[in-house]
Amino acid sequence: MQSIVELHQVSFSYNGAPVLEDVSLHFHPGQFAALVGPSGAGKTTLLKLILGTLTPIQGQVQITSRAQNGTKAPRIGYVPQLETVDWNFPVTVEQVVWMGRVKRAGPWPWPSADDRRRIATVLEQLEIADLARQHIRNLSGGQQQRVFLARALIAEPDLLVLDEPTTGVDMRTAENVLHLLGELNRQGMTILMTTHDLNAAAAHVPWVVCLNRHVIAQGPPEEIFTEPILNATYEGDMLVIHQDGMIFVQQRPHGHGYRDLLPEPVLGGIPRHDEISRSK
Amino acid sequence: MIDVLLQPFQFEFFRNGTLAAIMVGGLCGLIGVYIVLRGMSYIGHGLSHAIFGGAVVSYVMAWNFYLGAGIWGFIAAVLINQTVRRTKINADAAIGVITTASFAIGIALISRYRSFTRSFDAALFGNILGVTVQDVLVIAGVTLLVSLIIFFCYKQLLFTAFDSTVAEVYGVPTAWVETLFALILAAALIVSMQILGVTLIAAAIVIPAITARLLTDSFNRLILLSTALGAATGFFGMCISFYADVASGATIVLLQAALFCVALAFSSLQHRAGRRLAHTHV
Repeated sequence: MQSIVELHQVSFSYNGAPVLEDVSLHFHPGQFAALVGPSGAGKTTLLKLILGTLTPIQGQVQITSRAQNGTKAPRIGYVPQLETVDWNFPVTVEQVVWMGRVKRAGPWPWPSADDRRRIATVLEQLEIADLARQHIRNLSGGQQQRVFLARALIAEPDLLVLDEPTTGVDMRTAENVLHLLGELNRQGMTILMTTHDLNAAAAHVPWVVCLNRHVIAQGPPEEIFTEPILNATYEGDMLVIHQDGMIFVQQRPHGHGYRDLLPEPVLGGIPRHDEISRSK
Repeated sequence: MIDVLLQPFQFEFFRNGTLAAIMVGGLCGLIGVYIVLRGMSYIGHGLSHAIFGGAVVSYVMAWNFYLGAGIWGFIAAVLINQTVRRTKINADAAIGVITTASFAIGIALISRYRSFTRSFDAALFGNILGVTVQDVLVIAGVTLLVSLIIFFCYKQLLFTAFDSTVAEVYGVPTAWVETLFALILAAALIVSMQILGVTLIAAAIVIPAITARLLTDSFNRLILLSTALGAATGFFGMCISFYADVASGATIVLLQAALFCVALAFSSLQHRAGRRLAHTHV
């Protein structure tokens, strides 16, 4: 199968400090993959190389359009980290989504009838149609993530790239975002994302790439999320628990001495964990 | 009463000056929106000083003022952009070095050719009395051209101002957009120089935009309001300067500053000033 993204022995450094070394990867159309690794492992740099905003100092990055058999530059939808967005910028949800049509919109400084129809459709699809006229600052974390996802989707991308879509949102929102990405992937969208949330990746993403300057391992989470691989990736002491068909990953804590200093917890009438265990 | 109000319009210099001030005010207000939103408030100040250097060189070399100063200002703006893009130097440092060096060239040439002293004052502090019909036509041409460019490049300018890196991913040629913006900024500064003077242009660019930002959260309204504020303060500033016998450029900027204070007070009452100002990088 022809790859949609292919990196061949790619290296990159910032001011001489190597960030990525000899990275070779390929992703095929319809794949849903997550890049995981510690901070500074080169995940975002790898995304920027794929997006074309950085150029490798060595090696090649090739993106192939599925529809055009490589004869035309593929469309990439990019969802940046929410932390990088200027939330005070005076734009509405509709305007942000319209930015995704910048290459194909008409010459006028307002959306065409076709643009408006497409904007309404994508907002409807992501269940934020009622927020179209809202300023982006007035949205919740999950809604904000959906707005930028809508901007990416309206570009009708061959490849959807997301930089830490679950960072800065609560667990339930992260779950919803990943569920939504899973739905898009089932509809045929190729998705590549970075994440620090290993448990969410294990539950939702079918292919994981462990990265720390170079590729440590890649494959389905049930094969990749093992203590030796994660220890090598995170250079730490990782604990992997398999329970009820799920994988849970946790870095082993260094100690619990601080607990002696804490007051009794307030549980609001809910039984303590050890009481629940005894009653069972 | 009406006779008194219409009195200054009997003079051709005042009619020319007022027309020029309205167009320059609106033009600076329009461009100022992009400058304020991108946190580049200092560039108007720096670039006007750089253009001053170009104006002096044009005079000394007997070149056309608009052409010489325009090319000089454009090169300075592109140099600033490229320095920021290609090196680790921050925008404020690049602006500081390039524009101050350019200004120093102007000062050095003035000290060498003493005969430039009269025009030197006009370029620094503005000279509304010296606005000719030809100047008005040039200002009208630049205003129209800049308005058309902003109209047809609205999406690209908006996306680049919002997030330049992501805009590039979506196919916006951000390097070209920034170069084009540098060109129209240089053109706007040159035609504004004679009205407002080098020392006051930066204020005329920043104040209407920041005042409008305090009053609206809508990008389209921000553009219209900032342009209208700039044009209106240009007109009323000219009228006040005539009756108060105060320099026109200073009057226009003082009027804008007064409106900013009113808008800030109004906005503070609504408990919104802090959040919006956080973005404007004054």
